[in-house]
Amino acid sequence: MSKQEQHWEKTRNLLFITLAIWFVFSIGIFLFGAEMQESNIRPFGYPLTYWFTCQGSLAIFVILIFWFAGRQEKIDDEFGFSEREGDK
Amino acid sequence: MIKGKFIDNLPKVYGIYTGGFLVFIILMAIAEQAGMSAKLIGIFFVAFTVLIYALIGWLSRTLQVDAYYVAGRQVPTVFNGMATAADWMSGASFVAMAGGIYFKGYGYMALLVGWTGGYVLVASLLAPYLRKFGCYTVPDFIGTRYGGNLARFSAVIVLTVASFTYVTAQINATGTIASVALDIPFGIAVYVGLASILMCSMLGGMRAVTWTQVAQYIVLIIAYLLPVFWISSKLGAGFFPHFMLADEVARIAELEGQFGFVKNSAADLATVPKGLAGITKAHSSVNATPWAFISLAVCMMAGTASLPHVMMRYFTTPSVRTARRSVGWSLFFIFLLYSSAPMLATLSKLSLIDPTLPTGIIGKTIAEVQAIDWYQNWNQANLMFISDFNGNGTLELNEFFMGGKAVVLATPEIAGLPYVISGLVAAGGMAAAMSTADGLVLAISNALSHDIYYKIINPKAETAKRLIVARVLLVLIGFAGATIAALEIQGILGSVIWAFDFAMSGLFFPLVLGVWWKRANAPGAVAGMLLGLISGTAYLIWVRSGGAGFLGITQLTFGIVGAAVSLVSMIVVSLITAAPDAATQKMVDDVRIPSGKTVLAQK
Repeated sequence: MSKQEQHWEKTRNLLFITLAIWFVFSIGIFLFGAEMQESNIRPFGYPLTYWFTCQGSLAIFVILIFWFAGRQEKIDDEFGFSEREGDK
Repeated sequence: MIKGKFIDNLPKVYGIYTGGFLVFIILMAIAEQAGMSAKLIGIFFVAFTVLIYALIGWLSRTLQVDAYYVAGRQVPTVFNGMATAADWMSGASFVAMAGGIYFKGYGYMALLVGWTGGYVLVASLLAPYLRKFGCYTVPDFIGTRYGGNLARFSAVIVLTVASFTYVTAQINATGTIASVALDIPFGIAVYVGLASILMCSMLGGMRAVTWTQVAQYIVLIIAYLLPVFWISSKLGAGFFPHFMLADEVARIAELEGQFGFVKNSAADLATVPKGLAGITKAHSSVNATPWAFISLAVCMMAGTASLPHVMMRYFTTPSVRTARRSVGWSLFFIFLLYSSAPMLATLSKLSLIDPTLPTGIIGKTIAEVQAIDWYQNWNQANLMFISDFNGNGTLELNEFFMGGKAVVLATPEIAGLPYVISGLVAAGGMAAAMSTADGLVLAISNALSHDIYYKIINPKAETAKRLIVARVLLVLIGFAGATIAALEIQGILGSVIWAFDFAMSGLFFPLVLGVWWKRANAPGAVAGMLLGLISGTAYLIWVRSGGAGFLGITQLTFGIVGAAVSLVSMIVVSLITAAPDAATQKMVDDVRIPSGKTVLAQK
């Protein structure tokens, strides 16, 4: 496998992980909205589903993007595909 | 002129700007104490901020193509994040969203999840790759990746339909705010709004829009957060509402249980002015089916990842790496406002319905409520209405009606904050609507001038001529948008949601598969864009004209139909036609690694 193919395979795997996390917090948990609302886990005292829609999922997305960006930069560095000065 | 130096000094420049704005707020507060009229304060706030934006627009004027289309590709990560946040958060986010949550609760909060979750798709699927591509516009990517004028042209059609639907809503919002703040008729205010929008974008294109959007973000976020924190402290709900409103949420549920949701008769409802609504759904309980919630969220997420005015913001960063990080910053700045909207809805609702609070009106006599100053003001503005349906002389929950905009615009006044805050909120709403309208008008006119005029009609056009064409188109599109906005066909929020569905129907899969599926070819992309847009639109028309729909897909989620058709037709047509040539395959390979020159620069 060429360097570029390896790089792309890692990039794709990272994409799948990122999208899996994204799926859980944007779609997955809301399949069980009514059940979660009854749960005893109450972040800051808010009902659980309500909290996810106002803050939880939103904050997780912010963190997820920065985490994803960091991981992708590592992959690019590993294969020497990061941009250099003058690469415009 | 100020270029290199200006970029290096950004934190300082905007720091001074923010400080200046805060000083301006304090001066206005002092003027209010000294007896300046509420109306004059409103005029000062809107006029002062709009003049600043116009000044920035004029200072950023340019005669260079690179600066006009992509701000010279030198916007730093964090500032691009702020600009994107302003570009993204429209009049709908600022003025209408908290109101929607106030009335509909959980079912409506799918928009919060959808409008933020979409950025994960932007960061992981598209933004860095389109940045590496080095295009000026979204159709530029489609046209070069797939090859051929037909693909480019189809992308322009989808872009125009989606963005134009969106921009009429934003010009409508600027008109609404300008008409209230400056006290002029809506039909004229729409053109005042348009003039301010054009001043920000015409001379400097993307460069001017970028620096005004950063300035607008600062105004809108101060205007949104300050009242939320202030009202929360004033009600004794806590100094940091986001973490401290659990008791208030529970109290609303308790009151709702106590009052019950009485259903009004159709005859009674007919007397309520158009556009106003009562509280008919529980505040924090799960009141929508999983599918209703998820389908709306999915449409908003895929729409986010296909809207050209957002995507083109990531063409302006210096590198692929910064484009990726910039998406994270964008979402962070959006998060600051979006996580506050439900808090504002909670505070607004509690202060109105809790009889134990001095501001509560439920349980008071009708005559008492009618005598309240703010009720009279907002009733006159056609945003509030009460009526004694059951004739018992007391105001019940089901007898109180409000416009969606009133939650953001009127709550400071209801909670007894000084008028200076209401003026600030008007300036914030204006900033939100203007910044989005700027980005949209520019996206449309850039696509028409670059992709239609320069790439298809006259590839030999000189720089000066291209930029003149771009500016003329900008003005024409602005006027077309304002003219349609003045007709007031569809509400602000409805139009915005439609725009996402249109964009998703036609562009989501052609964009994503352009990067992630090498086998995708031009006939497939054209089929995907056109059939997606046509089927989505057909479904919308069918449901609007009384059709039953299927699978619970409504007029707000028709993008699901469009995108599904788009995906299937794109794959089928791509597979039955020839694979893309070696040069195109090589181009896709180049897009996938950050290093090296941009794809378009290699040509």
